[in-house]
Amino acid sequence: MSTRYPKDPGLTARMTVTIFLLGLLYVAFIGALLAVGVSYTVVIVIAGALLFAQYFFSDKIALFSMHARVVSEQEAPELHAMVDRLCALADMPKPKVGIAESDVPNAFATGRSPRAAVVCVTRGIMRRLDYQELEAVLSHELSHVAHRDVAVMTIASFLGVLAGLITRFTLYAGMFGGYGGGRDNDNNNGAAAVLGIMLISIIVYAISFLLTRALSRYRELSADRSGAILIGAPAALASALTKVTGAMSQIPTRDLRSAEAFNAFFFAPAFAKGFSLSSLFSTHPPLEKRLEQLARLEEQMRHPA
Amino acid sequence: MTKFFDALLGRSKPVPARLDALFGLPSAAITLQTEAGLVPTGQAGVCFKPVADASFAEVQGDISKLLTMLKEQQEIKLEELDDKLGYHWVIITEPDIGELVTNVHAVNAGLEDAGYGPQLLCSVFGFTSAPDNPKPQHAYLVYLFKRGSFYPFIPLDGEKRDNVAELHLKGILAKDLKVEEDLQRWFPIWGVPVS
Repeated sequence: MSTRYPKDPGLTARMTVTIFLLGLLYVAFIGALLAVGVSYTVVIVIAGALLFAQYFFSDKIALFSMHARVVSEQEAPELHAMVDRLCALADMPKPKVGIAESDVPNAFATGRSPRAAVVCVTRGIMRRLDYQELEAVLSHELSHVAHRDVAVMTIASFLGVLAGLITRFTLYAGMFGGYGGGRDNDNNNGAAAVLGIMLISIIVYAISFLLTRALSRYRELSADRSGAILIGAPAALASALTKVTGAMSQIPTRDLRSAEAFNAFFFAPAFAKGFSLSSLFSTHPPLEKRLEQLARLEEQMRHPA
Repeated sequence: MTKFFDALLGRSKPVPARLDALFGLPSAAITLQTEAGLVPTGQAGVCFKPVADASFAEVQGDISKLLTMLKEQQEIKLEELDDKLGYHWVIITEPDIGELVTNVHAVNAGLEDAGYGPQLLCSVFGFTSAPDNPKPQHAYLVYLFKRGSFYPFIPLDGEKRDNVAELHLKGILAKDLKVEEDLQRWFPIWGVPVS
């Protein structure tokens, strides 16, 4: 297959390393659990059940928490037409289409498989973006679906959930069960083992947290890349990103007269300025990095090597 | 400390309207013309919420009496209209921007003196990029009474707004006016009845 876009081996390599490190951590953690000689079958089963639920109901959970609903073709013909065309272009089954009645400009894709996927946009993003930009955003979200990012991230976060659960269980066991009555040395050894497990779990949790976040950022960059390639317009995605993440995303689209009722008539609230955590903890790469990648793609498209 | 106790005891007071910042507008209009090519349309609107209580008719009477007085004594050209969101507008037409600001101030001050200060929502001043064009692009400066600040509003077709141009104007306006710093308060006014 010929393509105008060269591959990005760097991104693939970084993602592979992250996945490898996660796997390594996984093996080391199980090894450590076996070494202290405790059976944690119950915990593993619970963690598995939690993740299975998350995996299976991801679409419903996401729609519910975003106050979004699935819309029919009659309700949102333009949006459906856009998704139809992109799916035909990418040769993938058409996901359900949802709209969230929120002024915050955002979009998300969810669902365990391309067949059970939902692509959802907020009213705020539809009002702020023009046709091409919205198409670019949908194309980014469809790439998440095509890459099966829900499945990948659920599996990747399994270890973190497991370690977190074990930390909590050992903590409660210590608080309510006591670390032994202090009659003989056996109990002291038991207490030391429990503390050891807790310590290991905390460390494993922290490392897997950082690794899954890093993985998530790489998945975002790949979705940006494939999304931009699919519509052949990296600049449209770049301009959409600038609109929804920059200063412009703060400017409301809801009318002053309807906002006034519960907002500005009688009080002047001082909104605390938001603070951003270090990029290490972030699920999305910084805007500059995403724009940089898209600019590179644009350049490659104009001057194919 | 008072603010703390007000919050603790839940006795926030209506914020008084701040009108003085309005007089920075004529010099801002000159800057807008030289730096952004926007000229005043000579129209402005004062928007307020009519009080809905038992004395509603009486209040309406008060306001039209006040407006009639302003019309006759100060020769202000004004019309009234109600919008579909239940707000009342006083539209003032006056080609000279300095006079227009004085008139808008007079209407606001009159309403405030009559005790309707807390009901004042905003004043909107119309600007346009090409006055001779049959379908000119409009830009508005919205003045928020409660905050004593201005922000630009440039509507496009289909309840969209030109954020890029609005943020561009922010920089230009900052020299002459107090521009609303909190972008989350730059609420649009769709279908604003001012040209």
